[in-house]
Amino acid sequence: MGYFQGFAVTFRKLFEKRVTTSYPREKRAKPDRLHGRHVLNRYEDGMEKCIGCELCAGVCPANCIYVRGADNPDDAPVSPGERYGFVYEINYLRCIHCDLCVEACPTEAITETKLFEFSFTNRSDAIYTKAELLVDDETGRPRQLPWEDWREGEDEMTSAWMRATSPSGDVTYSGRVAWSGELGYGIRAPEVGQAGDGDEAEGGSA
Amino acid sequence: MSLATLTAPLVLAADPLLDGAIGPGIVGIVLIKVVLAFTLLLVSVMLMVWFERKLVADMHNRIGPAEAGPFGILQTLADGIKLFFKEDLIPDRADRVVFKLAPYLSLVPAFLVFSIVPIGGDFSGDGTVTWFGETTYLQVADPPVGVLFFLALSSVAVYGVMLAGWSSGSKYPLLGSVRASAQMISYEAALGLAIATVFLTSGSLSMHEIVARQVSGSWNVLATGVVPFLVFLLAGTAELNRPPFDLVEAEQELVGGFHTEYSSLRFSLFFLAEFMNVITMSAIAVTLFLGGPAGPILTDTLGWVWPVFWFSLKVFVFLFCFVWLRATLPRLRYDQLMDLGWKVLIPVALGWFLLIATMNVAEDLGWPLVPVILAGVAVLLGGASLLTGAIQKARGDALAELADEEVEG
Repeated sequence: MGYFQGFAVTFRKLFEKRVTTSYPREKRAKPDRLHGRHVLNRYEDGMEKCIGCELCAGVCPANCIYVRGADNPDDAPVSPGERYGFVYEINYLRCIHCDLCVEACPTEAITETKLFEFSFTNRSDAIYTKAELLVDDETGRPRQLPWEDWREGEDEMTSAWMRATSPSGDVTYSGRVAWSGELGYGIRAPEVGQAGDGDEAEGGSA
Repeated sequence: MSLATLTAPLVLAADPLLDGAIGPGIVGIVLIKVVLAFTLLLVSVMLMVWFERKLVADMHNRIGPAEAGPFGILQTLADGIKLFFKEDLIPDRADRVVFKLAPYLSLVPAFLVFSIVPIGGDFSGDGTVTWFGETTYLQVADPPVGVLFFLALSSVAVYGVMLAGWSSGSKYPLLGSVRASAQMISYEAALGLAIATVFLTSGSLSMHEIVARQVSGSWNVLATGVVPFLVFLLAGTAELNRPPFDLVEAEQELVGGFHTEYSSLRFSLFFLAEFMNVITMSAIAVTLFLGGPAGPILTDTLGWVWPVFWFSLKVFVFLFCFVWLRATLPRLRYDQLMDLGWKVLIPVALGWFLLIATMNVAEDLGWPLVPVILAGVAVLLGGASLLTGAIQKARGDALAELADEEVEG
């Protein structure tokens, strides 16, 4: 009956559950550490984290980041340090979302969100300026641009990668907080389960 | 003297409707039947394309067309409208007249074949329905040579495919049409031989008669001993260029095969003809082997609906199987296709035809049936072993020759 087994297979498939989702009407949940577009974070008091050191621009393999630092004005400082980033632009026609800028940043100013579904219609829209990248000064959430498709909850977990791979991704540091607080969230809790304690994805590899 | 008696000896389409004087009412009924058949076929093609895409998608664990209308049922309409507005290209090196003619040579036979299929009528009686006080068959025409008409038209359809490829002035269409003519002509032989056994058991070429005989006796699928039915199905699938016999338009090898250079409305005509042929071939198979519209009449009111329902149900089973074949089987290699046609289907169909003919003769002459069948089977087995021997010898010789050439080279 070998010839006819194929027919049984295709017939069985008729009644199997479909795994297709009707994107964009429905979306599947995104992984927490997805590399989407960036945000520039703020401290809990609303100060910008960026100090204009240009390390992100230096490390960027796609040359998509343009930063200019400037001295903080004495009367109204923008960041807690000596300098701040007064120009910050990312060209999303070039960005490859490798996350090297996030690793290079000494102050956790730049992190990647889960947002990646944008459809800008001209090249100047593709260049996100500092005003667009910076989180909202009230809630600490990313700002939605007109051409971005967001769903409920997709603007959360904007610094997941940072908290997941504490220094060098070393599991012995798992659970230890080594990052500063963020506006609207405070000091975020570390991601659980990296040492293999009950996390299915890691499978007890530690 | 009425028109009917004048034409009686030359009658081309027997129908009780045409007995007696032909008035405007009868012409009206004929026109209604033609228009009905036309729209029925077009609508069913539309649904068939949707059904095929949906079912194949289901069998592949996909969703399939889902956007146009409920369950995507208007997808075909949307595609048709889109094709209508596309640019109509004719290649520079094409033979313009033939290039324009070919799609119609494909489409018209596909339409005409459906006109001889009885789609309803109470065959527990004489297979007629009564409309507006006139008694008629539920088929557009019932020529006494009905099945020959079908065979003739399916041969004409080969011209459509062949000329389309030839006139395109391009290599892939040409290869596709060469394959098409070889395939369709060789499988037509097996198809014809399978149908010939139906003539022997039914004793008529008229589609109406063939159905009527099956109602009084048993369905032809059993009366002819199943084998011709299977041969008909295989040869019919090949005749339709459906998977797994779709070498004519093998996308991976020939781009689009014979219709590579066609676009816009002309392409849609080919597409229409192809799916129409699937439906008409199913309808012919149902009529010849499975009793057509015959089936129990379950209610007194609206009694004429039931034969139409049984007919549609039987055709639907065939359509399902065609899609199922497509979803399951990979395409045959070209030599496998030719082997199946010439070395298996034609000998089997011919042998079975001879066996049935022998049985009929034995019955007529009053010979004892069992020894005749045994003798017939023995002769056929002898023939089969001779054929297999010849095929193996030929293959062995060819391989030996090949080996010699390799040694020398």
